[in-house]
Amino acid sequence: MNMTNLSPEFLNRRSFIELDARARAQCLFDQGTSTELVGPFDRIESPWLPRQGIAPQSDDGCIIFKGKIGGSPAVAIAFEGAFQGGSVGEVSGAKMTAALDLAARDSEAGKPTSAVLLLETGGVRLQEANLGLAAVAEIVSSALALRRHAPVITIVAGTVGCFGGMSLAAGVSSYTIMTREGRLGLNGAEVIEQESGVDEFDASDRALIWAIHGGEQRVGMGLADSLVEDDADEIAATVRGYVRAGVPAKHRSEQVEFYRKRIAAIDTSSQIDPATLRQKWSNSKGRVR
Amino acid sequence: MEHIELSYPEAKRLITRRAHVGVVGSGDLEVLLEPSRDGVAHVTVTTSVDGFGDAWKAVLDRFFSKFGGAVRIHINDAGATPGNVLLRLEQAAEAVEQ
Repeated sequence: MNMTNLSPEFLNRRSFIELDARARAQCLFDQGTSTELVGPFDRIESPWLPRQGIAPQSDDGCIIFKGKIGGSPAVAIAFEGAFQGGSVGEVSGAKMTAALDLAARDSEAGKPTSAVLLLETGGVRLQEANLGLAAVAEIVSSALALRRHAPVITIVAGTVGCFGGMSLAAGVSSYTIMTREGRLGLNGAEVIEQESGVDEFDASDRALIWAIHGGEQRVGMGLADSLVEDDADEIAATVRGYVRAGVPAKHRSEQVEFYRKRIAAIDTSSQIDPATLRQKWSNSKGRVR
Repeated sequence: MEHIELSYPEAKRLITRRAHVGVVGSGDLEVLLEPSRDGVAHVTVTTSVDGFGDAWKAVLDRFFSKFGGAVRIHINDAGATPGNVLLRLEQAAEAVEQ
């Protein structure tokens, strides 16, 4: 094989997407400062999955680390996309809520503690439907309580993406970091096709899906903040930057009128394409970030 | 879903560390390996696929014929092949013996 044709940047970088949730969370912290909370050996598993013939996982697919990022206290909450699509159930939801609440409590006591959400999730776990929905409500309310004191930083790296109820958690976070491979949206492509038909949205058209939900488009439209390469070091550095920046002057989800006006200004008489939308919205005056 | 329990009384070698490897994703499994409390090895398996008790016993017999550590192993399995199971067990064993 002729190695000279291969980009050294690509060969030398440490892929973030190829790491599992535990390794992703760990690589964000300052060396030797992180400890896992409620780890696999505590065996807090979902009590609902075995009743439905599904093998549980010892951490319920939600991994919590506490430590320091750039010298500041922080907690990372990572969803394992390979286990049940990174879905939120009773246990994983409670773990996430408790981690956010403890960070808020520390912050209120004068020790600002940032939270990093590593979201690879299709949203609520269907096998635990109502409990999962309740968990999302708690997660959003805990994230809102924390973000007054310290930044809540979401990373959507791929390959699962971040959809459903958990996209709301991404929506209320202070900063969102995405890769080109990552996708972020309320309804996933398959759900839209199933509910509205293939004419509305063709879930097999990957170019279309990434043109709408993909990281490049989300950052381009100002609905996410940083577009990064699939590089663990670059992502960790970006997180450190946002931890240092602290709470933003105004969160995206506080600008309801701004976004309402933006949507109202769109001419819906013809089908707008993703590139035009990105151009329009990125040029809008009053874009905060 | 099936629950399998096995014991290996001849596995008595002292192990002091613990290891967690794998993920309960399709065709994969997680292995939790920790020192045994009573000095011999015990294995529990929770698998989403029924009817492969003999295959599980064969794979674990082979693993313990070489490993011989007094450990408690718990496996959550989402349909891994026997080869995959053995690789994950060996990965966990390597992690505790490093």
